[in-house]
Amino acid sequence: MSISVGLGSYLLVGAMLFCLGLYGLFVKRNIIAILMSIELMLNAVNINFVAFSRFTPWADLGTSPFIGQVAAFFVIVVAAAEIAVGLALVIAIYRSRRTTNVDDFNWLKW
Amino acid sequence: MFKEMNELFNWAWLIPFLPFLSFLLIALVTKRSKRLSSTISILAILTSFGLSIAIGLGVIQSGSQIVDNPVLTKVNWLSIGGLHIDFGTIIDPMSAMMLFVVTLVASMVQIYSIGYMHGDPGYSRYYAFQSLFAASMLGLVLATNLLELFIFWELVGLCSYLLIGFWFQKVSAREAAKKAFITTRVGDFGLLLGILFLYNKFGTLDFYGVNSLSQQIQDFALVGGAGYLTLMAVLVFIGPIGKSGQFPLHVWLPDAMEGPTPVSALIHAATMVVAGVYLVARMFFLFDNASPFALQLVAGLGAFTALFAATIAIAQNDIKRILAYSTLSQLGYMMFALGVGALTASMFHLMTHAFFKALMFLGAGSVIHALHEKQNIWDMGGLWKKMPITGTTFFIGVLAIAGIPPFAGFFSKDEILAGALHSGHYVIFAVGLFTAFLTAFYMSRLFFVAFMGEEKPENHPHESPWVMTVPLLILAFFSVVGGWVALPEHGFGYFVRYGEFHPHEMDWMVASVSIIAGVLGMGLAYITYVKRVIKAENVVARFPGVYKLLKNKYYIDEIYLWLIRNVMDGIVAKVLYWIDLYIVDGVVNGLAAITRGAGGALRRTTTGQLQTYALVIFFAVVVIYLFFALGEGQLSALNPAAMLGGVK
Repeated sequence: MSISVGLGSYLLVGAMLFCLGLYGLFVKRNIIAILMSIELMLNAVNINFVAFSRFTPWADLGTSPFIGQVAAFFVIVVAAAEIAVGLALVIAIYRSRRTTNVDDFNWLKW
Repeated sequence: MFKEMNELFNWAWLIPFLPFLSFLLIALVTKRSKRLSSTISILAILTSFGLSIAIGLGVIQSGSQIVDNPVLTKVNWLSIGGLHIDFGTIIDPMSAMMLFVVTLVASMVQIYSIGYMHGDPGYSRYYAFQSLFAASMLGLVLATNLLELFIFWELVGLCSYLLIGFWFQKVSAREAAKKAFITTRVGDFGLLLGILFLYNKFGTLDFYGVNSLSQQIQDFALVGGAGYLTLMAVLVFIGPIGKSGQFPLHVWLPDAMEGPTPVSALIHAATMVVAGVYLVARMFFLFDNASPFALQLVAGLGAFTALFAATIAIAQNDIKRILAYSTLSQLGYMMFALGVGALTASMFHLMTHAFFKALMFLGAGSVIHALHEKQNIWDMGGLWKKMPITGTTFFIGVLAIAGIPPFAGFFSKDEILAGALHSGHYVIFAVGLFTAFLTAFYMSRLFFVAFMGEEKPENHPHESPWVMTVPLLILAFFSVVGGWVALPEHGFGYFVRYGEFHPHEMDWMVASVSIIAGVLGMGLAYITYVKRVIKAENVVARFPGVYKLLKNKYYIDEIYLWLIRNVMDGIVAKVLYWIDLYIVDGVVNGLAAITRGAGGALRRTTTGQLQTYALVIFFAVVVIYLFFALGEGQLSALNPAAMLGGVK
């Protein structure tokens, strides 16, 4: 029995990646690992975009057959910008606090 | 003919409008010029007087049809939902008579005040208030519905407050003004309640016209609404109890004498205090259709007040206070006349009383002016020789109030007593007769002590200037002839009446009894205070308790003071304070405490732990998703299971 690689398979991969990212976001203590988890979630979304774009009939997509791919590129660009800002903040925090543990990033409260 | 008259009656709104305009002019523009202010005010009221005479003549020419079909002129003032309130004028014989009386007395008082208020620093302010009062009183008389009447009712109360406290640098004047305002407010509260009840029941406040109170109340009484009407009548009557100084809300009127004397003459004798009588007469269809209790209350309270105030007046020494208690007594007379159903007699007495009481107040003012603010009658004496015009006109007033024919008071008092007797109210008739005797006695006492007897060397009285004596003469003229209009052949009763017109001959039995009462009263005063056959001191010595009781006005003021100190301040205020502190403030403070506690609890959730936030956001998204996908079902297209299932 052969498994046809259809939309469902891609979405399943995307969902698994997303859940892995979410899990990492919740349990990792290192801020860099958390940023990486966020990247995983963004890439899960990218897979979904590309998969929908590929498997949806052109007529239903409306304007452009590549709209999903274009959205994925946008996400990559935004993710790059986000990681740049995020890492800059991490460095700034590390310089003053000497830590990358998010449990210690708790002075913004009450 | 009637149509032409309607044209004239449509201009009746000018009568209150002109004094109001004069009030605005004086207050806003001319107050710096005293002479201009008084001229404007007097011109306005004289023009209104002229218009009132024209309307009065028009009413007489219209014949008796106008009694049942008052001429209404109105414009819509307020329309909210089902509530329609008009502002307008009502012209019928009753209002025409009131217009004449109010404008006449107001004109006389304003002219008189040129002399009396001469040199007063508040001269322009005085005339502004006088104009405002005249406008409000005339508006009250012309009101077509209860709300319009109530507005003017409050306005005359305000003017009364302002004019009683005119010399506000005097503590007693300030206190009296506040007392008058607050006491009458108690009554106004009842009146307002009555108005709300009436509106709630009938959906209109109009006196006459289509679907008005007068029509609906008659129908309502026929289907057994008398009990409910009685409640409303009693509530409405509380207003006149306050305004017309009926027991137990009479306490403000004697104190109101702190105002300038012409004010007492106009407001607290001739016009404003009779507004209550006028209101009951205007709303007579309500009292008449209610159960008999309503009119019995009016009659009983009126008769009691008449006697009560007359007994106090005997023992007073202040000239203005004697007149004030006499006013209370006469207002009681008018009230019980209404109560026994003698509306014509009551309105008639209202008119004649306005003439002779205004006359006597102005006369008293003339005396006080001449004696430099002395008000105790025992400090006067022998004034007739020095002030012949004041003395003579005052004597005419005394004869009129004592009910000596042919002066005005005789006819109206006789009508009232005859009304009480013929309607079978024998007790009230007896009380009225005894009051007439007392009235003759104390008014003669006042006159004999102040105007006759030996002169006091320290006094240097002189006759007042002509601006003060001419109004006295005019009012004296009306006090003499004012009564003749009620003679059956002159037909006051033909116009001012409620229900059918019953022409009747004068009841000479009642008349002679009332003349005897009057003459006895005057005679007793004469032998006591002029001939001194009976020594007043001996009578006082014989009955010290009674004298003290009367002298101190039955201690009503003291009782009120005690009640306010001990019951209001002592118990009610403490209970209210407790409620305010623990219930009203408790609710407010409780709300604040809940908010504060909730904030304190919720801020603990702001931990600063990023991952906790992320977890909360995640589960919130899950919950929202479940809510829409499962709970609502409407967005099930997003259901991933369905999506996956749909794909090969």
